[in-house]
Amino acid sequence: MVKEIMSGNEAIARGAWEAGCSFAAAYPGTPSTEIIENLSVIKEVSSRWANNEKTALDMAIGASIGGLRSLAAMKHVGLNVAADPLCAVGYTGVNAGLVVVTADDPGCHSSQNEQDNRLYALLAKLALVEPSDSQECKDFIKAAFEISERFDIPVLFRVTTRICHSKGMVELEQPGEIPVKPYQQNRQKYCMLPAMARVRHAFREESLKELEEYANTCALNRIEWAHDRKLGIVTSGISYQYAKEVFGDSASILKLGLTNPMPKALLREFCSAVDNIYVIEEGEPFIENAIKSLGFACTGKEKIPILGELNAKIVRDALVGQEAQAGYSIDLQAPPRPPVLCAGCPHRGFFFTLKKNKKHIVAMGDIGCYSLGVGEPFGGFDISTCMGAGISGTIGLAKALEMQGDPRKVLGMVGDSTFFHSGLTSLIDVIHANANVIACVLDNSITAMTGHQVNAGSSKDVQGNEVAAIDLVAIIRALGVPNERLRVVDPLDLKAVQEAFTAAVAVKGPFVIVTKRPCALIKEVARANAGKHCQVDPDKCVGCKACTLIACPAMAFKDNKALVADPASCTACGLCMQMCKFDAISRVGE
Amino acid sequence: MTTNILLVGVGGQGTILMSKVLTAGLAQMGYDIKMSEIHGMSQRGGTVITQIRFGDKVYAPNIGEKEADVIVSFEKVEALRALPFLKNGGTMVTDEHEIYSMPVLTGKAEYPSNALVALAEAVENLAIIPARAKALELGNVRVQNICLLGALVKVLKLKGVDWKGLLASFVPEKALAINQQAFDAGYAMI
Repeated sequence: MVKEIMSGNEAIARGAWEAGCSFAAAYPGTPSTEIIENLSVIKEVSSRWANNEKTALDMAIGASIGGLRSLAAMKHVGLNVAADPLCAVGYTGVNAGLVVVTADDPGCHSSQNEQDNRLYALLAKLALVEPSDSQECKDFIKAAFEISERFDIPVLFRVTTRICHSKGMVELEQPGEIPVKPYQQNRQKYCMLPAMARVRHAFREESLKELEEYANTCALNRIEWAHDRKLGIVTSGISYQYAKEVFGDSASILKLGLTNPMPKALLREFCSAVDNIYVIEEGEPFIENAIKSLGFACTGKEKIPILGELNAKIVRDALVGQEAQAGYSIDLQAPPRPPVLCAGCPHRGFFFTLKKNKKHIVAMGDIGCYSLGVGEPFGGFDISTCMGAGISGTIGLAKALEMQGDPRKVLGMVGDSTFFHSGLTSLIDVIHANANVIACVLDNSITAMTGHQVNAGSSKDVQGNEVAAIDLVAIIRALGVPNERLRVVDPLDLKAVQEAFTAAVAVKGPFVIVTKRPCALIKEVARANAGKHCQVDPDKCVGCKACTLIACPAMAFKDNKALVADPASCTACGLCMQMCKFDAISRVGE
Repeated sequence: MTTNILLVGVGGQGTILMSKVLTAGLAQMGYDIKMSEIHGMSQRGGTVITQIRFGDKVYAPNIGEKEADVIVSFEKVEALRALPFLKNGGTMVTDEHEIYSMPVLTGKAEYPSNALVALAEAVENLAIIPARAKALELGNVRVQNICLLGALVKVLKLKGVDWKGLLASFVPEKALAINQQAFDAGYAMI
């Protein structure tokens, strides 16, 4: 058997391929992004980046009903966007298997919240599968496709950051034939009008009972009995690994892999056989509540934190007690190292100018690299919630400020990918409401934060095919934004950005600013900039520190002089040159 | 017995490639391995942490405080930050290189000038090595990671793997020789 070390995301992609999945769609989002990236190199699987999570799931549902085993993948908050089709497909069920991967982020490694998407399985009435390592990611995804078809139900496949981004050994198998189920018209099943939906709801309640029977005996749920039965642990997902790490073989463990519907008979069997029950799970008391509803007392969230990510030490400290253990500490603070806008980042010119105009503006942010603009020294925005809200949220905020007599204009920002995701519908609201706001699209030609995925503005798709690039400026013009209320500027041209801000603040009503400049880390851009960097002439530098106001990580200030301390990361973007009144900075290597 | 290793550095320093080569070698030795690297926002000049655990059977992919047998730091202050993770009697290997974070650059925080002295006073098994300087001397700053890998392999006494041969599967052919030199140099620094 061939073994390979794989991340959870790689194993999910491999498992889907081995299971004969032939359609996959997703919107990039950490920690889920690498699933599609790994599937996209397999030519038998039609893989695509969708505009948002809802369109991704819509596509996958269409493919499933059409007869292809299909997968949609997204980060946890993405499932909120896709919740509408998710709840509908809970009723329709599938033709070929449908698996929806939700990658949750306990600990908020790169997310705005820690929501536990297992709760969606209850809401949308789906089967819920939770792997606990890379091997199970591969094995369980295959089981998930089987369950989906056998019980005519979509499967919610719940992983977490620590599963997605951890690697472990995985035994590879060979993919079989790609199964294609014939498409068959069935309006009673697939058209969710009220009369049909009522019938399908009844079907789903019955099918969940059958699935529960299966869950009681299937291999995804198993008991590991210890010699004595004093202590029983019920757990799922990554928490199983922490339970094994802490308790080894000294406690009996009910390891759950299929957690909706809950295998009640199995839970009863296990809980009746042990003296004390610990429930070890990250996030919400999902399993704990199920056990308590069966009338068993257990220890769960009263000791295991509901906040953040778990590890073996947290579990040990909570359930076994803290060991007094020697370690190291020194009385010296490491200065913080928050993530920052990269050297050469085009957003820097926008945020520097925004800060200069802050007297006239209240800003709202959004989700993407530009969310890093909130930090020092820019303090780029006051409010940031979710994707698209950076534009639509401005409408309400502007009205509120107007009613308070606050003369400041509200500005909102999205990126290019975010514009296509949900910023477009938000901008339509702004235009249609004639809202007194400045809507900014920071177009860096890529979905950058998640690691450079193509989007609707790109001329190639994820599999490298030539596709029609959508021109977002043309869309904005088509919404009826006249030339005098639209500026398309290079964010590295500080004068042009300031001119746009001045014009935007001067008029009442909607104004749109599009900054256009590709991310400096895009391979072709980086190649074109290779070897170029800026250089400070120490004889001309007077130490005024003006160049440090742009907060470029490639620059430093030492011995009363500015210097380009990291020429390798400097892209010679020239912002620092524009800041210098003494002509002390020049480009070299061109 | 499970061995816990922490690699810490700053986004873009090459901790990921280092962990890939290390785990490939450990796999050749027949160990069960778990490796965890959280990426996303941390790439953007923030602190990056890679956790590697190996042994006969490994469950959890991550390491708690006071659990690391060896910490390899690509940067001084990151060594300081990771210190609470070092197990009593564990080994800390750190590059002497300094990278200033944005709060330091903007004067909001101070970069400690005596980090290495303080570390040396606190940690018995400390190796301060000039891996980045060596990489620069060899002609490519990016081989700092392989230099540190050489040092780590020596610390862990990992025998029976052709580490320099293994590098061929991870770096382009034209960069193989310099990576192998960096490995040797790091190995000799311990």
